[in-house]
Amino acid sequence: MEGGVVLLDFWASMFGMRVRIALAEKEIKYEYREQDLRNKSDLLLQMNPVHKKIPVLIHNGKPICESLVQVQYIDEVWHDKAPLLPADPYKRATARFWADFVDKKMYDSGSKIWKTKGEEQEAAKKEFIENLKLLEGELGDNLYFGGEGFGYVDVALVPFYCWFYAYEQCGGFSIEAECPKLIAWVKRCMQKESVAKSLADPEKVYEFVLHLKKAYGIE
Amino acid sequence: MSKAAGLLILDYWVSPFCQRVKIALNEKGLQYEDRHENDLFGGKSELLLKSNPVYQKVPVFLHDGKPVCESTIIVSYIDETWSSPPLLPPCSYGRAQARFWADYIDKKVFDATGNIWRSKEVNVEAKNEFIGILKQLEEALGDKDYFNGATFGFVDIIAIPLTCWFLAVERIGGFTVAEECPKFSSWTKRCLQRESVAKALPDPEKVYEFVLMFRKMQGIE
Repeated sequence: MEGGVVLLDFWASMFGMRVRIALAEKEIKYEYREQDLRNKSDLLLQMNPVHKKIPVLIHNGKPICESLVQVQYIDEVWHDKAPLLPADPYKRATARFWADFVDKKMYDSGSKIWKTKGEEQEAAKKEFIENLKLLEGELGDNLYFGGEGFGYVDVALVPFYCWFYAYEQCGGFSIEAECPKLIAWVKRCMQKESVAKSLADPEKVYEFVLHLKKAYGIE
Repeated sequence: MSKAAGLLILDYWVSPFCQRVKIALNEKGLQYEDRHENDLFGGKSELLLKSNPVYQKVPVFLHDGKPVCESTIIVSYIDETWSSPPLLPPCSYGRAQARFWADYIDKKVFDATGNIWRSKEVNVEAKNEFIGILKQLEEALGDKDYFNGATFGFVDIIAIPLTCWFLAVERIGGFTVAEECPKFSSWTKRCLQRESVAKALPDPEKVYEFVLMFRKMQGIE
């Protein structure tokens, strides 16, 4: 495969969505290749032999792995349009810190909400909301994280929104009731075409989660 | 050595994450204050709690009073603020590879050492996992002198402090890295010859004593 941009991805992956948003923000044409994660393709295994996971970004035949590494790569290579990381080193460090916080905290606590029941689920819900409130605190009165335009932390976090409906249904709670400011920020982001077109349908994600629960024998 | 106003690290002597920051500053020829926190055993300072409210952990790097947290992010910040010598390769693809391997090391190495030294019995599975990780890193190193290429850089800085824990892991696990992963061992020795590294890292024997003390405290001995 010569030239061009290819994205190996899975429709429901929040990590893949980050890359889709970044590519859309920069108006980069690319080939999207949906992957079957139960039967991983030779190309996926060849391009990400270390983790064997999506998303994989392939640029001019060379793979880049890990979603935040990919978003930074896209931001550096296509630097003349829609910058995602700020120019100032301190603001960049702050943006990286919060994107890393999303990586460390959101996926695991969110997963536990649909994978567990009873006390374990209650603890997961509590932790998840606490993490969102910390993010709300960081957002403050800004329209987007970092106080400049739509950027790196917004890209890192907003894909999780399409999983919120599934978490709410499984956990029996309302995220908007707990974190209204964050949901206001989500709605603002969803007005951007790059975000609206990249996120999966929350109903379909919920169906997918129900299917996973059955497959894992949960419930 | 050049002076830059107000560089402070909140530190704990045995933390490989703190050592990453010190090596980066040493590489840039910067002077800084190294303030020891009683991190593990209570008594975290007001400054630490105020500077890192999210995790309340060292290292915290303060530049003119402004805190930066998370060691890999601090090293990137140092590299971007003081550009010479550069720690990352100039091309975007090389930088992406460096960030990938830094992330891999962050996700895998320290936990893998912990699985060995926190275990009461010799844990063969943990040993095999640890060796597997080092072999993966050997593959990434290839024939290069450093992960960064011909010159010492970002990934080398992220990895080298973790090697101070390998003596403890070897003694408790009953194997040697030199025998299992000779290439990795050579790279370690090469890095330790650099003054920026040698003066930032503790004696592995002292780290081993710390591990033994920790095991006793946790009732693992």
